[in-house]
Amino acid sequence: MIEFDAVRKEYAGGTVAVADFSLRVPTHSVVALVGSSGSGKTTLLRMVNRMVEPTAGAVRIDGVDVRSIDAVPLRRSIGYVLQAGGLLPHRTVADNVATVPVLAGRSRREARSDALGLLERVGLDPALADRYPAQLSGGQQQRVGVARALAADPSILLMDEPFGAVDPIVREQLQAELRALQAELGKTVLFVTHDIDEAFALGDEVIVLREGAEIAQRGTPTEILASPADDFVASFVGAGTARRTLRIREVDGRRVVVDGDDRPTGVLEADAREGAP
Amino acid sequence: MTWLSQNLHIVWGLLADHLLLSVPPILLSLVISVPLGRLAAGSRRWRTPLLTGTGLLYAIPSLPLFIIIPAITGFALRSPATIITALTLYGCALLVRGAADAFASVPEDVRLAAEATGHSRWAMFWRVELPLAGPVLLASLRVVAVSTVSLVTVGAVIGISSLGTLFTDGFQRGIEASILTGIVLTAAVAFALDGLCVLAGRVAMPWRRAVAA
Repeated sequence: MIEFDAVRKEYAGGTVAVADFSLRVPTHSVVALVGSSGSGKTTLLRMVNRMVEPTAGAVRIDGVDVRSIDAVPLRRSIGYVLQAGGLLPHRTVADNVATVPVLAGRSRREARSDALGLLERVGLDPALADRYPAQLSGGQQQRVGVARALAADPSILLMDEPFGAVDPIVREQLQAELRALQAELGKTVLFVTHDIDEAFALGDEVIVLREGAEIAQRGTPTEILASPADDFVASFVGAGTARRTLRIREVDGRRVVVDGDDRPTGVLEADAREGAP
Repeated sequence: MTWLSQNLHIVWGLLADHLLLSVPPILLSLVISVPLGRLAAGSRRWRTPLLTGTGLLYAIPSLPLFIIIPAITGFALRSPATIITALTLYGCALLVRGAADAFASVPEDVRLAAEATGHSRWAMFWRVELPLAGPVLLASLRVVAVSTVSLVTVGAVIGISSLGTLFTDGFQRGIEASILTGIVLTAAVAFALDGLCVLAGRVAMPWRRAVAA
């Protein structure tokens, strides 16, 4: 469990990135922090592994204040996935995945052979092991980033806009795979994104942030979509837009779901089954 | 050509002397400049004094420097140690700035990723910053290697033998073949050391070729 207890981050010069933020991320659940730039979401994420120290308040992992843990081993014990994978450009794929175990003292040979298994786990051909990051596609780099974060088998994963740099089709694919992986691994995941659809696709709980990391609304994706707390959240989730206002139309005896622009998005399941041969 | 064949053993000896005077200052200035350059790149307080200070070294003419160094260090005026010290100072004058630029060229997002994955400061330097500073550092090192090889010849004026001795001797005694041999061999040594730097860079930075391909 990750716990933010009234944390504040004020930079020299008076900029307040986080005013007063409290949150509990329950063990084995995925919590998505969503907000536009300046909402302080990345600052919050970096407080967990002490890349940012709060000016006031405390972050606790399983009840232990992170300030009481040395930053370097703390970071090795937490998986961190960065935008565009955040890979080391001068190391091969296998060496990137093996980064944390090798830093922690495991032999390079053992860590590399473990890395091959992890590559398969995130859907990559182990034949890519000896390539360099620049030789991979954006989606492949992201997968390597996820494999690296999993290498030390951490119980906590922090993800900072991990799928922001890939095209929408690959992004959806990666999101689906991450959901499958999470169903199997049950990590405690804190996830940061500016993309509300990504937050809805991955979060068990979604926290919509305003400037200064003020919580505009928190709830399950369904709750937030069903009743946005205010105009800010409503416009953030796009409530009332054509994409979010679905209607049913009868077509050849089947019920097709269409959006506000009459564009079809799917068929109601009961009908689909009846129609199947 | 007859001059060369008659004096071959002398030329070989001078070539060896030249290498023994060139290689140590190149390596020493690299070893000294890397930490200083890292300090200059990472600290606003140290940046200006370090870069200005080492840069000014290059403004000192070489002959006076050959005389100042023995006065300060107690080395004999005509000793290799004097030349090596002087050329190390000149090497640092170029390389500290080059190293500072090299470390500044390490992408911030890579540094951040290294921090997030739990690199200690030591691991950050050796495993991330130094290799990624490599290409820019190597470019400066090549300049230093070539300039050091040519500066070694100046030592001949105060009587420290190197390929430069072929110039001083050749001028005094009016032997053109000696002067020509000195010029050609100095250039050849510079080429060879430059090539060695490039080769070392290829071996040490395999990712650059893989990515370019």
